[in-house]
Amino acid sequence: MAKGAPTEGSPLQTGSRNDFSRREPAWARRLLIGFSLVFLGLFLVLPLLLVFAGALRDGILPYWAAVTDSETKHAIQLTLGVAAASVTLNTIFGLAAAWLLTKFDFRGKQLLNTLIDLPLTVSPVIAGLIFVLLFGLQGWFGAWLRDHGISILFAWPAIVLSTAFVTFPFVARELVPLMDELGRDEEQAAMVLGASGWQIFWHVTLPNIQWGLLYGVIICNARAMGEFGAVSVVSGHIRGLTNTLPLQVELLYNDYQFSAAFAVASLLTLLAFVTLVLKHWSHHRQATVLREASQNPESS
Amino acid sequence: MSIEVRGLNKAFGAFKAVDEVSFKVETGELLALLGPSGSGKSTLLRIIAGLETPDSGEVILTGTESSTVSARDRNVGFVFQHYALFKHMTVRENIAFGLKVRKVPAAETKERVEELLGLVQMAGYGNRFPSQLSGGQRQRVAVARALAPRPQVLLLDEPFGALDAKVKAELRDWIRHLHDDAKITTVFVTHDQEEAMEVAKKIIILDKGRVEQEGDPRAVFDRPATQFVADFVGETNCIETVAVDDGLAVWGSLRFSVGKVPKGVGLRIYFRPHDVYVTRHKESLQVSAVIEREFFKGAFTELDLDLGEGKHVTAHLPRGLSEASGFAPGEKVYVGIIGFHIFETGKI
Repeated sequence: MAKGAPTEGSPLQTGSRNDFSRREPAWARRLLIGFSLVFLGLFLVLPLLLVFAGALRDGILPYWAAVTDSETKHAIQLTLGVAAASVTLNTIFGLAAAWLLTKFDFRGKQLLNTLIDLPLTVSPVIAGLIFVLLFGLQGWFGAWLRDHGISILFAWPAIVLSTAFVTFPFVARELVPLMDELGRDEEQAAMVLGASGWQIFWHVTLPNIQWGLLYGVIICNARAMGEFGAVSVVSGHIRGLTNTLPLQVELLYNDYQFSAAFAVASLLTLLAFVTLVLKHWSHHRQATVLREASQNPESS
Repeated sequence: MSIEVRGLNKAFGAFKAVDEVSFKVETGELLALLGPSGSGKSTLLRIIAGLETPDSGEVILTGTESSTVSARDRNVGFVFQHYALFKHMTVRENIAFGLKVRKVPAAETKERVEELLGLVQMAGYGNRFPSQLSGGQRQRVAVARALAPRPQVLLLDEPFGALDAKVKAELRDWIRHLHDDAKITTVFVTHDQEEAMEVAKKIIILDKGRVEQEGDPRAVFDRPATQFVADFVGETNCIETVAVDDGLAVWGSLRFSVGKVPKGVGLRIYFRPHDVYVTRHKESLQVSAVIEREFFKGAFTELDLDLGEGKHVTAHLPRGLSEASGFAPGEKVYVGIIGFHIFETGKI
């Protein structure tokens, strides 16, 4: 209970912060701020603006034509579908893993905890290749799948699988530290009061972690929709069939259809803005919940 | 509604938290499990509740062997050290939770919740959230929530630990009255011996996972069964010496008649500061001492006494007596020991 976010405006904190800013000479502060702004402008804001400038270079009508093109529409649908499927899978998995890692003690817990991070350390291209090796014709299951008329590789199942693989850690990684900090007391209290596992999850755990969960889902979703490497390996780049939005951008770009490529890219960029806003909001809500949790019982 | 534990053992790795513990709590009894941190008292309580599984031994609740019964089905009320209130639920929802998950009809739940809000003196606070309550109020809500499903027994883990002194005293009173009214078998864990003596009718003292002594507060205080109990319960002077003759021990100028202890046996002698008798005029068996320091402690005065030869003892004088006698540091006085406990430490 004692750990966690310090309460806002504790005298010690504000005091030291003020002291620090007073000690720094004004020119040093301005230099640092100026440098940060120039850097951010050059490497983040300018490229993003260029995406929209490029997209709208030929005017609004060609832009509209590009984003409503039938292949692009299909790419949007596929991307939304793939993201929905892989985010659902990873949300279920993330919840289960975080629950297991924080509410129980068992042998091999550290190993599982480390394994969850594996997709973060593997290049997405390698992740894609894993599925080619598994489901490709020369792969382990390839011949069997062909004989039974099931297509996984170069079709949506492989895109979902590789996206799920790459975005696997995001929900779990957000939930584990959060649930660790919240502790097990409330769950145990609910259990002693006679609640079943599901009742504990729905009435006690979920309300406490909902904002953190949303945060994880948002990040996972953003990553799922933007995934290029792994999907590129397994999709087969079939126009209007297995091209997701990032692949569609590449395809248009390689076809020298620059403004169309930028138009599609602008959709992904807009997604990034929405993600940022939602992310900030959910993070703020969860921080509020945690602050209330860590509030000292004597203080009020 | 009795609790019996038989031969309980629980180890965490190499650390033995509970070591062959057996005891019985009769229906309606109010028992304190008293011990320092790491004595296994909380683990023991959690085993009774079903939150920990013992390595061996039995937990018998109301005559039924319950070791294999899940915490969910044991029907015990448990109050956590930090209350563990559901922070996103109001006080009313917190109290109703145990009834809701057992599918108690809404009307009955409502009635029970209002009854408990009254019982814990929180009638006007039903719609508040835990974060809007003081520590003492949270504690009372936690008790109400635990009592709502009419548990067979009430278990409290360090119920007064996180509260300031005045709230603590009020809550102690309140818990005792609650127990007198509700007549529910209650076990609470504490590291504070004053708290245990004031609230409980019976105390079990634990050290290193073992039961050191079991008895009512007076017995535990007046007749400590082990050195640990003598040391842990109440303030005490402890001296180490040897029987210089059959039945006689000497420490500085103090002489202790030690019954049948033969010559040459090492002894540890414990005596309470209030069993040190201080006067201005020598009476029989008293020895001279000098008052080194004097501390005002409210109801009594504490004196540090120098007996010479580097021997020091602490005495407590009731306030009336100390004010009437007006003892001051530096003064020469006479000291006698009225009561003491002897533990043999072996032949030296």
